[in-house]
Amino acid sequence: MEPLRIHQGLVCPLDRSNVDTDQIIPKQFLKRIERSGFGQFLFYNWRFDDDGNPRPDFPLNAPEYNGASILVAGENFGCGSSREHAPWAIQDFGFKIIIAPSYADIFKNNCVKNGILAIQATEEQVQTILKKAETTEGYSLTVNLEEQVVSDNEGFDIHFDIAPYPKEMLLNGWDEIGVTLKYEDKIKEYEQAHA
Amino acid sequence: MQPKNIIQKIWEQHVVHQEEGKPDLLYIDLHLVHEVTSPQAFEGLRLNGRKVRRPDLTYATMDHNVPTRERNIINDPISKKQIDTLGENCQEFGVTLADINHPDNGIVHVIGPELGLTQPGKTIVCGDSHTSTHGAFGALAFGIGTSEVEHVLATQTLWQAKPKTLNIKVNGKLGTGVTAKDLILAIIAKFGVKFGTGHVIEYTGEAIREMTMEERMTVCNMSIEGGARAGLISPDETTVEYLRGRKYVPQGEAFEESAARWKALASDDGAAYDMVLEIDASEVEPQVTWGTNPGMCIPVTANVPSPENTEKSSEKDEIKRALEYMGLEAGQPITSVKIDNVFIGSCTNSRLSDLQKAAEVIRGKQVAPSVKAIVVPGSFSVKLAAEKEGLDQVFKDAGFEWRESGCSMCLGMNDDIIPSGERCASTSNRNFEGRQGKGARTHLVSPEMAAAAAIAGHFVDVRKFTAQEVM
Ligand code: SF4
Repeated sequence: MEPLRIHQGLVCPLDRSNVDTDQIIPKQFLKRIERSGFGQFLFYNWRFDDDGNPRPDFPLNAPEYNGASILVAGENFGCGSSREHAPWAIQDFGFKIIIAPSYADIFKNNCVKNGILAIQATEEQVQTILKKAETTEGYSLTVNLEEQVVSDNEGFDIHFDIAPYPKEMLLNGWDEIGVTLKYEDKIKEYEQAHA
Repeated sequence: MQPKNIIQKIWEQHVVHQEEGKPDLLYIDLHLVHEVTSPQAFEGLRLNGRKVRRPDLTYATMDHNVPTRERNIINDPISKKQIDTLGENCQEFGVTLADINHPDNGIVHVIGPELGLTQPGKTIVCGDSHTSTHGAFGALAFGIGTSEVEHVLATQTLWQAKPKTLNIKVNGKLGTGVTAKDLILAIIAKFGVKFGTGHVIEYTGEAIREMTMEERMTVCNMSIEGGARAGLISPDETTVEYLRGRKYVPQGEAFEESAARWKALASDDGAAYDMVLEIDASEVEPQVTWGTNPGMCIPVTANVPSPENTEKSSEKDEIKRALEYMGLEAGQPITSVKIDNVFIGSCTNSRLSDLQKAAEVIRGKQVAPSVKAIVVPGSFSVKLAAEKEGLDQVFKDAGFEWRESGCSMCLGMNDDIIPSGERCASTSNRNFEGRQGKGARTHLVSPEMAAAAAIAGHFVDVRKFTAQEVM
């Protein structure tokens, strides 16, 4: 996994709450046995109409958000199924960072495992970013994970919280299994004690 | 000693390593695997030259993709590939598999309990969010993503931040015709789709104690729909009796020893929780969801809500969008809503007692001519048991299709899909947009309510429906 320290990128607004993983990646695309290639199916039913044509009113289809790497959305993002295909699709589409007022637990975990930073901001801060992204052309944000700060070049500057462990994982781009295997003695000990 | 709740007890028993500033490293007692969320995990092991650490604690089944008409005809080549891949992976890594023709096959959350793999006090994970079902036995059971599946396969552990605990006290008793499904839907309707985020729920109270294990599973199953990764119920005599004699539980003397250990896990009197919520069971009515998440739910006696009823503009938009997607008018009685399909099945409501109750409602009646109705038992063994009682005939006589077991129309990954714009009364757990097929409109209900709707052709209050027949 690639380490994530400072990232600057274009913001795409998605002003919806309770976006579930069935929307992020509809089930008909879960049949692949690879991890890659899911980006083309991201938000499929929202992005495309019944004939497979892009819906012009959906933000991800708008030319002004083309190439965005920061997705901003409403509360309880990623609820529903545990499918990791959801963060895979988000990442494969080009997003590295998500900003929302809250997330479903499993989704948030899945993000960390894939090197995606899911920032929890307040409802108000998210609203501010959504407005700016909808009204300012080429609106971009800079995210500094080390300092836990999100800022733009118009004076918007907020601090966000993140637990030390996911922060360390993201900053270093670690393979978690590799980390855990350093504790193999402890696992063995536990197994012997509970055999 | 300070009184502890069951969540704290199970947690403490499973910590492998603890360190300041890190989540706890937790040991996993049972890892259930299915075909959709595992191929990339096995691939990861292969690429890194890793093995499955404890194949003996790992158990695989095929459920999400399996055909429910002709067991062995898988039309979609990619579905077939996914199913074949699980077979190959299990063989390569030495994992026990109940493949599509195995007598123990079924939906992962139905067979775990059925086989006695699910036991009180265990930590149980599966790459599926409805793993919370197993919590009915007093196990700490939760869904994980594919990276975590790989992590558990390789290490039999997970890094987990200690969750907060939430006690949902269900006071009083459920009324006649009101089911476990109605209770959990009412809880989500009352507290919202994210009240449980960051928490593990323990369901307590009189109504819960009186439930059978199958009813408890229905309640715990939908914990995730309230945002909680896990929901559980302290084990008691009901739990022990359900497990006695099952395939994978200890037998004889050893069972009695286990039973004593299990019951000791129950939350101590006076145990504290981070949050307590209460609901009065006697006030719960049969429920029907009207919208596009399980919290958008009303009693069958109520009318579809209007966006004007709420202050928050984001909620107004949400209601508006949901009404539009569902093709409903604000203010219309939910009983006036006509349905095209009925699905009785899924890990929420596909066990023998669910089928028995639905069969009672339809016995001797006919499915409305405009309705297509199917029953999909949760496992082979549920199907066999139902057939032994002649339930298949009751359903078939009424005009239902009687299918092979699997997830089926719960998420429509196989051929069981609701056409765009059609409406389905479904005993499953998610009414998200497109869940049962692109443009499909899902209404979540209990098996009894689904059965009654199949006959009437629209939603009806099952309490009156049966009463009428008696008269
Ligand atoms: S029945 Fe539905 S909810 Fe349950 S495991 Fe299968 S797809 Fe998931």
